[in-house]
Amino acid sequence: MQMDRTTLLATIREVVTPYAKNQEALQQLNEDTDFIKDLKINSANLVDVILDVEEKFNIIIDNESMEKMINVKAAIDIVESKLAGS
Amino acid sequence: MTIDNILAKLPYAKPFLFVDALHAIDEEKVSGSFTFHPEMEVYKGHFKHHPVTPGVLLTEVMAQIGLVCLGIYLTNGEQLSFALTSADVEFLKPVYPGETVTVTGYKQYFRFGKLKCKVVMVNEKMEEVCTGTLAGMIISGK
Repeated sequence: MQMDRTTLLATIREVVTPYAKNQEALQQLNEDTDFIKDLKINSANLVDVILDVEEKFNIIIDNESMEKMINVKAAIDIVESKLAGS
Repeated sequence: MTIDNILAKLPYAKPFLFVDALHAIDEEKVSGSFTFHPEMEVYKGHFKHHPVTPGVLLTEVMAQIGLVCLGIYLTNGEQLSFALTSADVEFLKPVYPGETVTVTGYKQYFRFGKLKCKVVMVNEKMEEVCTGTLAGMIISGK
């Protein structure tokens, strides 16, 4: 499955929308957006974000990758590498 | 991990222990029961002259049986600190002093330290008194 970063960003936006507490940061979502600091997603809901990302892209995210997924850029990088690997 | 091990590892004590017995537990689900003693202090004020078990206590029973007991089982008792992170519960019927309720928790997932369960509580007539989705996270000492 090939996807460019714009498509990946749009999908990440879709996934985080129900969990984001800061609507302004959600409007301005970009690769530098931090899930916790900017979107104000709590750490328990971040687990749901990651599970939704797994489902959307049909990938498995391991603990090590999960810990790196703090912002949109890291999430896109991880999704890209998982998609390339499978 | 036996049922007795789990009960021994529960981090609660009276007056905030809301598990009397566990009936069954495995990787996917847990069931247990609790009887609301008619002499419980809360009934003096909820409500005046008309005691009914508060919804927050029903939620606590759901959390202790459906989430914490299963969490202890799934972590093999190694992890005692578990924080409730969300509860979305519908209350369908009142529970009066002296009633025994049975709670069943069904694991939805346990990933990245978060346990999320669908939890159902029934009364002695097997009527659903509340249902909901509860989640908790392991609190690491780091």
